[in-house]
Amino acid sequence: MQIYLPIADLPVNIFLVFGMGLAVGYISGMFGIGGGFLMTPLLIFIGISPAVAVASMASHIVASSFSGAISYWRKNALDLALAMMLLSAGIIGTASGVWLFTTLRAMDQLDLVIGLSYVTLLSIVGALMIYESVRAILRARAGMPVTIRRPGSHTWVHRLPFKMRFKRSKIYVSAIPVWGIGYIIGFVGAIMGIGGGFLLVPMLIYFLRVPTATVIGTSMVLTLVTMASATVMHAMTNHLVDVVLALILMVGGVVGAQFGARTGQKMRGERLRLLLGLLVFAVGLRFAYELVVPPDDLFSIRRVGVD
Amino acid sequence: MRRLVLTLLIVMLTGPAAAERLVVSLSSHRVAITSNFIGEELVLFGTVEPDGAKSALRSSYDLIVIVTGPHETLRTRRKQRVLGIWVNVASREFVQTPSYLAVLSNKPVNQITSPETLRRLQVGLDNVLLPQRIGPDIADTVRNDPFRMAFVRLQTQQSLYSEISTAVTFLTPTVFRAAIPLPADVPTGNYAINVQLYADGLLVARTNSALEVIKVGFEQYVADAARDHGLLYGLATVLMALFTGWFASVVLKRD
Repeated sequence: MQIYLPIADLPVNIFLVFGMGLAVGYISGMFGIGGGFLMTPLLIFIGISPAVAVASMASHIVASSFSGAISYWRKNALDLALAMMLLSAGIIGTASGVWLFTTLRAMDQLDLVIGLSYVTLLSIVGALMIYESVRAILRARAGMPVTIRRPGSHTWVHRLPFKMRFKRSKIYVSAIPVWGIGYIIGFVGAIMGIGGGFLLVPMLIYFLRVPTATVIGTSMVLTLVTMASATVMHAMTNHLVDVVLALILMVGGVVGAQFGARTGQKMRGERLRLLLGLLVFAVGLRFAYELVVPPDDLFSIRRVGVD
Repeated sequence: MRRLVLTLLIVMLTGPAAAERLVVSLSSHRVAITSNFIGEELVLFGTVEPDGAKSALRSSYDLIVIVTGPHETLRTRRKQRVLGIWVNVASREFVQTPSYLAVLSNKPVNQITSPETLRRLQVGLDNVLLPQRIGPDIADTVRNDPFRMAFVRLQTQQSLYSEISTAVTFLTPTVFRAAIPLPADVPTGNYAINVQLYADGLLVARTNSALEVIKVGFEQYVADAARDHGLLYGLATVLMALFTGWFASVVLKRD
């Protein structure tokens, strides 16, 4: 069944888009991520322009992260104070991201920058995750205890000034890295159309030593608010948010996420991270391939304006 | 300048006394884009009538129908390898070009009339005026300009530009029908239809018609809201997302 998307200006198969939402939702529920880094490329692949895909994806992530955040809230597994601190910088990051998005689009370089950011971020993060989880699996095989968090081990991050105490997460850290991380996530999310969960979770664990109990819930709150503001800002500046597309995706996404979460709970943590790492790395390679291989058509057309 | 040329053309064309008259009718003057729009084919019917009692009809005619969509500005970009990756390096802006162009005829246009006439009347994808912004000037280029060729090729691939030499059928020597294909992503706006009748390679009569492609109902409402009330539209989308998320967490509880 075809449905016409009023902003993307093309008809799509409603079941195909719903199925994509379902599949990505499943993966996002399984790994506790938003899944934007998978969905945006898929949308571009079925013919939706990168700009509309990125702008519409943001609202899809709002839905899935809100449903996730609610369940973590019920389990008291999120740190609101930390989330608020991350957010204060995240909003500024989002605003500058949307600004850069608009500028790059006017310069015809948006597709390139989206492609390059995907390649660098995904392949680096993917490789790190694979490395880390393979080590953890090997150590578990050797009979050693699996620990990610090493309490008491302090890095240069902990020597920075403006220290704050976050009671729920039981950490005492400087506000500077918290703001820095918040800003980066907001900025990257607005440009790449991703929630940034797969970046934020490792950053919170490795830099701030946030315990695993609160890290996913907190990351979801941050993702929720930055993506909500990205939606509003994209709608105001670029007018490219396709509400029909977003609705089909989010309905599929939240349903898939529930099933994914069940599968995810049955799997071992390091196995799950290895799988996610491989997935992230594969998507990164896919983007690299596209940038390096000669395109089928050297020319492309972009609409500038209606006269 | 363009208007002046057009005016001159019209004066030149309407000058000689035509012996024929065209009567055309379109199956629908208004194409509505609804949520299940997947493209449409419009049909233009017409007859060749003698113009006045004394004039007689010729034995055979050729017909060209040109459908031109609303004008828009498009940028054609060319990729080139820079440091191993493919980057858009050059671009050309096509100013006020038709967003849709169909050249429909009963046989290939170059068999209907001479290349000079086709060029003068801008008939066919090779002859249509496609002004480009080149530095401070706006001008059409030679027809084998790489950007122009790429532009026409890409628009043709999108089914937005077409030259179909079988789209017009003569049902009798004087009654014809023309099929106008509108693709699924047809641009909205006003379309001009120009019907040209040829006999022995000469333009003998022409007439105009028009059609309108509009979004209706929900599609129109959404497109308007996104354009005119960006903030409200964004907030509404977020609320919808929050509601979906909340609803999912209530209906499909995780544990």
